[in-house]
Amino acid sequence: MKRIFALVLVAVVGILLFSGIYSMEGFPRYGEAEVSERVSMSYIDKNVTRENQEVVFGVSENLETGSANIVTSIIVNYRSFDTLGEVTVLFVSALGVSLLFGSFEGRLRSRYKPNFILRTGSKVVFPLILVMGAYIFIHGHLSPGGGFPGGSMIASAILLMYLADEDFRVRIDDFKKTEGIAGAMYVLLGLVGLMISNYFLSNFLDTGTVGTLFSAGIIPVVYVLVGLKVGSELTGIITDFLKGEVE
Amino acid sequence: MIQYAGIMLILIGIYGLLTQSNIIKIIVSLNIFELGLNVFIISVGFVREGIAPILTSVNNHNGLVFVDPLPQALVLTAIVIGLGTTALGLAFARSIYRQHGTLNLDEIGGPSNG
Amino acid sequence: MNSLMVLEIMVALLLILLSLLAIFSKKLITAIIYLSIVSMLAVLSFALMKAPDVAITEAVIGSGLVTAVFLFTLFSMRKEGEKE
Repeated sequence: MKRIFALVLVAVVGILLFSGIYSMEGFPRYGEAEVSERVSMSYIDKNVTRENQEVVFGVSENLETGSANIVTSIIVNYRSFDTLGEVTVLFVSALGVSLLFGSFEGRLRSRYKPNFILRTGSKVVFPLILVMGAYIFIHGHLSPGGGFPGGSMIASAILLMYLADEDFRVRIDDFKKTEGIAGAMYVLLGLVGLMISNYFLSNFLDTGTVGTLFSAGIIPVVYVLVGLKVGSELTGIITDFLKGEVE
Repeated sequence: MIQYAGIMLILIGIYGLLTQSNIIKIIVSLNIFELGLNVFIISVGFVREGIAPILTSVNNHNGLVFVDPLPQALVLTAIVIGLGTTALGLAFARSIYRQHGTLNLDEIGGPSNG
Repeated sequence: MNSLMVLEIMVALLLILLSLLAIFSKKLITAIIYLSIVSMLAVLSFALMKAPDVAITEAVIGSGLVTAVFLFTLFSMRKEGEKE
């Protein structure tokens, strides 16, 4: 009975979705979006006043944002306040997880002992994954990636060590301190922007030439902070989930 | 075609949310719902002749046809938030299991339900 | 161009099929593994739709960390169930 009711409801929602979306005027067919008519065109031209200026990789200087990766320029420059909110949501959920697991002691143990090759091999791979994560969030304005995937890569390196070594422990207090300092620095950077050029989180540094490592003003700084914060938060979540068995 | 798959994933997620009674299965359905939504939002900005929205030394000026970067920016942060909410839901599931000894929502009875 | 469209249709069909399997599977661990496969296929579809940033993020989080968090929850419940 419940299943039939759910099936009817899902069918009604599906018909409404399909007919509603595809009869909507101006909704693009798949693969035929008109980017030149959307607000994104200003982000691609790196000029929100809608003057069509030319941006050339390695040549153009002193634009609104000097980031070669346009997605990064939206996340950390045009909509940076939004990103601050998202990082706060992640912090609150990590806080909730650690409150729920606060009374747990010890660590979960699997029934199978990790063998010698797994233990040694993961110790070789661990620093490589850490360096890869750091590379991804430092080069967030040039190549795909950025603070969010870089931070999660650091957390997954620590997950690998947890799985490979039974006695591996991180000093979680250091991670909590890193997270707090990174979050406070993000807000502080926004306040400095407010003092220098009258709006919160403005890009007050020199934006440089598009495509060089030291370009794009505060974007690499903010992305390094976001990467450290996300990495330490996710490490905290994983450490909390591995608690549980009283020794 | 991937756009239709996104909408179908949303519908499958809704069906799972309505019919499942195990908490873990409900969180799995929620994850499928979210994946479908992400695929749909990305597909709205897709241009078939477009290139990825990154300037490189090959695709080096802004006169080229790019894929819409705005949906990608929105989805990128939403994925990380999805992990946070999933972790919080699973933490609640674990504390429910510790208190009631079951994951099935039908078997957890209040005092009035007996 | 044409082979890419065939690949898109195959990815779309596999997404629908595997998410149905994830919903209807009886064992919890099977559902979690199917969810991991679905998110890996979503990575492929993001890459087909020219979104490399989203593809990297989904690959690390969706198929790595989310699966790990689900599996840890399941293992902890099995441990507590065995003690009783």
